[in-house]
Amino acid sequence: MGGAFWALLKRDMLLAFRRRADWLNPLVFFVIVVTLFPLGIGPDPGLLRDIAPGVLWVAALLATLLALDGLFRSDFDDGSLEQLLLSPQPLSVLVLAKVLAHWLVTGLPLLLLSPLLAVVMQLQVVAIPVLLVSLLVGTLTLSLVGAIGAALTVGLQRGGVLLALLVLPLFIPVLIFGSSSVIAAASGFAVDAQLYLLGALFLLALVLAPPAIAAALRISTE
Amino acid sequence: MFQWFHRLAASKNFYRLAEILGPLFGVLGAILLTLGVYRGLFVAPTDYEQGESYRIIYVHVPSAWMSMFVYMVMAFCSALFLIWKMKLADIIAEVSAPMGAAFTFLALATGSLWGKPMWGTWWEWDARLTSELILLFLYIGYMALRASIDNRGSAARAAAILALVGVVNIPIIHYSVEWWNTLHQPASITKFDTPSIHISMLVPLLMMALGFTFFYFTNMLSRARSVILEREANNNWVKDRFRENRL
Repeated sequence: MGGAFWALLKRDMLLAFRRRADWLNPLVFFVIVVTLFPLGIGPDPGLLRDIAPGVLWVAALLATLLALDGLFRSDFDDGSLEQLLLSPQPLSVLVLAKVLAHWLVTGLPLLLLSPLLAVVMQLQVVAIPVLLVSLLVGTLTLSLVGAIGAALTVGLQRGGVLLALLVLPLFIPVLIFGSSSVIAAASGFAVDAQLYLLGALFLLALVLAPPAIAAALRISTE
Repeated sequence: MFQWFHRLAASKNFYRLAEILGPLFGVLGAILLTLGVYRGLFVAPTDYEQGESYRIIYVHVPSAWMSMFVYMVMAFCSALFLIWKMKLADIIAEVSAPMGAAFTFLALATGSLWGKPMWGTWWEWDARLTSELILLFLYIGYMALRASIDNRGSAARAAAILALVGVVNIPIIHYSVEWWNTLHQPASITKFDTPSIHISMLVPLLMMALGFTFFYFTNMLSRARSVILEREANNNWVKDRFRENRL
């Protein structure tokens, strides 16, 4: 079982690195969306500093959503998804490997780029470590929850907009705790509560999402 | 018990039951709603703080209750459908979704109407209004997913999974929104909370709530009947009834 997990993880990572657009596009999207806010609102540093946590978090959330659409798409199109479903390994574990690989190529670059954008948005330097931790735990949760929606819509021709409709309401708790942890850190308050709650959401998603993703994939591929 | 359940779940028997219960619930609901509206709007005393405008709770509160109750019905039926493959449960979930969305919209609209004289604004980012708004999004997502999958069996099961995912998330969303709300603004005046609502105001409220429930069941049963007829149009019992003109 562990062998299958690692094999699938390696395969997906390799595929992603060969297709650069898969992980570059969401990243560029993240940068552009954040850039739009100063252009739309005005370059006032104080105002930008106030809205920075929310803007960074919403942009990261949207970039994750954008990347999610391709999570099962290519495997569905070339039939390897069906091979995955037929394998004797538990499907929940296999989808966990796929989600993790997907997060490593789309979520992790987002995380690494976020300090740069935080500086651009005038966010206080003390808040940057908290931003990184909250994005680390938060985007993992978003990937797990969003994968349920991706699995439900993978068989549809134009699943992209529907996917947004299905999963965005489910992203709200993560957004609330994520951005408020950064706001608290920027104003010098304790952030334990928010980070613990983010961790709790992540653990809950880690346990409950894989069986739901597996069930949704079985429906989508019949 | 289980056999009885299975026989009831057969479309033909359920159709017959719905034919009897539907109008019965309809009459009960009409009586309760008439009494509730009369006692709520004319008999109940004026609130000393909010004046007459508090009377919108007689529509607002029952709609808000129903918006959540209908989602619970949908989630329960979705579980029944996924576990025991009861087609009837799927039908009930399917026809309930638009009604739940309508109740949610009504709760939002009346909440906003109440907010104008009370808060001085049409929309306040109040925890409960925000949760209701998110609930509306969940209903819309459910209906959109169902509508976009052509195969009826797949659509039903995909929608059922989404309803169950939603029902796990509703308490999480609700409490996180409440937490967010207390963090960002001082607790707003939520007078609906007042535990000591006077009995003369409470009785019409309960009547309205019960009336709304009966209205939901009447409407749900009649919608379910038409879906059953549509799905079973080729079965003999439907053809017999059609010939005898008793649909």
